[in-house]
Amino acid sequence: MKSALEGRKITLHDMTLRDGMHPKRHQMTLAQMKAVATGLDQAGVPLIEVTHGDGLGGSSVNYGFPAHSDEEYLSTVIPLMKQAKVSALLLPGIGTVDHLRMAKDLGVHTIRVATHCTEADVSEQHIGLARQLGMDTVGFLMMAHMNSTEGLVEQAKLMENYGANCLYITDSAGYMLPEDVKARLSAVREALKPETELGFHGHHNLAMGIANSLMAVECGANRIDAAAAGLGAGAGNTPMEVLVAVCDRMGIATGVDLWKIQDVAEDLVVPMMDFPIRIDRDALTLGYAGVYGSFLLFAKRAEKTYGVPAREILLELGRRKLVGGQEDMIEDAAITMSRARKSAEASQ
Amino acid sequence: MKTMTLRKVKCALIGPGNIGTDLLMKLKRSPVLEPVWMVGIDPASDGLKRAREFGIKTTAEGIDGLLPYVEADGVQIAFDATSAYMHAEHSAKLNALGVMMIDLTPAAIGPFCVPPVNLKEHVGRREMNVNMVTCGGQATIPMVAAVSRVQAVKYGEIVATVSSRSVGPGTRRNIDEFTRTTAAGVERIGGAAKGKAIIVINPAEPPLIMRDTIHCLTVERPKAAQIEESVHAMIGEVQKYVPGYKLVNGPVIDAENHRVSIYLEVAGLGDYLPTYAGNLDIMTASAARTAEMFAQEILAGTLSLEPVTA
Repeated sequence: MKSALEGRKITLHDMTLRDGMHPKRHQMTLAQMKAVATGLDQAGVPLIEVTHGDGLGGSSVNYGFPAHSDEEYLSTVIPLMKQAKVSALLLPGIGTVDHLRMAKDLGVHTIRVATHCTEADVSEQHIGLARQLGMDTVGFLMMAHMNSTEGLVEQAKLMENYGANCLYITDSAGYMLPEDVKARLSAVREALKPETELGFHGHHNLAMGIANSLMAVECGANRIDAAAAGLGAGAGNTPMEVLVAVCDRMGIATGVDLWKIQDVAEDLVVPMMDFPIRIDRDALTLGYAGVYGSFLLFAKRAEKTYGVPAREILLELGRRKLVGGQEDMIEDAAITMSRARKSAEASQ
Repeated sequence: MKTMTLRKVKCALIGPGNIGTDLLMKLKRSPVLEPVWMVGIDPASDGLKRAREFGIKTTAEGIDGLLPYVEADGVQIAFDATSAYMHAEHSAKLNALGVMMIDLTPAAIGPFCVPPVNLKEHVGRREMNVNMVTCGGQATIPMVAAVSRVQAVKYGEIVATVSSRSVGPGTRRNIDEFTRTTAAGVERIGGAAKGKAIIVINPAEPPLIMRDTIHCLTVERPKAAQIEESVHAMIGEVQKYVPGYKLVNGPVIDAENHRVSIYLEVAGLGDYLPTYAGNLDIMTASAARTAEMFAQEILAGTLSLEPVTA
């Protein structure tokens, strides 16, 4: 026997073209999208997310204007897919049901409605409509380390009641350790209907991407997010090619070809990186302090402009208990901190 | 000498929830408004009980419970703090009796009103129904207008961050209405050619005070000194009715990208709602401010309200 999980079957969900938009500052070209999506499709990845990093309607001063609109990206990728389905992310408060309808019309199969892990009740409208439109509908609870196990169970059940047929526990900060994953996913699995799927989205800030994903599978998750070469916010997502290799060894069926996904990662994704996706001190700080992954580049830019180290900014954002979407508070915090430093220097 | 009782314009409030109660407390202090009726639908509601404790007449029969008393009690202005769904009926029935309506719901039957930007215009036009946009709109549209009165704004984007405790079930069930209505207000009243609105709900404890960020992209290079002056002047105007409206940082002028960013904090007065709920306070304060401006015209004899049939 290869492992205790031998014989389990999971759906790998690719993040390269959505979470991977964060380290690309949402500037992926249509040619890059086409090449990567086609490679993933040929490697057997069953589900590929394509959107602005902050989801449908994320195009903004606050999160960054993308090189192309969601419509352009989706309508470029979807017709090329031979077997893979395409998903889109939607954060209520940023995107609306109008974006959802647009995505459906362009052939998006799966919609993932994302809220902070305590605010599921803002998703009723969007989950309800997606289900009514016959879409594969996922509730996506972000920054899941910021809620208790009981709290997450309650929020997951709300989304299930609104019509989600799959629930995700999302470690947006890459903060969770395998024991955290175990406690949360087992409790949520237990509380959901048996037919409701369970998913896990990890970040690699503490190098726990693979370990946490395996723990999630052990606790009954059957959808796992990963990105080729880990291209994603912070130190990236769970690296897909590594996860596929580990699953192969353990006898967990993914349907993804290891050599092909390696080649996508190595030949297509690594060359398009603007910088190596690795656990540098700022990404490590995200994971250590539990800060939202996509704040990383904003903090690094604020360091350049205002002279406050990114690590200090990130720690301050953690102290302020910021949630996903509060990118505006990074420049604000940096200015306030820079002013405090100057007045401290002046009084010395 | 006999003490003169100043004449005040009599008002009714519909919806005895948190917003209605907070508004009632503000109206009780007004030199020109006198709240006389609170309208609810549940006889056992705490809100109606509170209103009675304030010495206000109440009905639990909804709008129809108020209509027979409008004329006798001289009600001239009504505030609707119920829901968009109910508002059309309330407005039609009260307008028909010559009562002017201030709409705090997202129904937006009447034109948007953001007091420091366009209230005077509405009084001049004798509008019978004005809409208070959204909390995020009241907090941010004055800043967009402060930039657009200096130079053309091709894009205005606002991010409103509110504490989880201050967002009620109605807003949560239809959060798209917030983003759409606020974006429309950023364009129509703020003066941006294109508007976008984002709302973030933060559950931190203790609850965070409302934060608002305004990003404007100007057509030409931003005129830093004039924008700075205009923004500070506009903040002064808002502080007249929301003293906790405060500039935290900015205006940040990013000359290369033609970006102007303004970082605000909005603390409430803490009448009935807690001070962190600046988002709710700015709605009730703006509604009260709007009513006062209309009331001053009514009392001066320069505005007389006529019945309107839909």
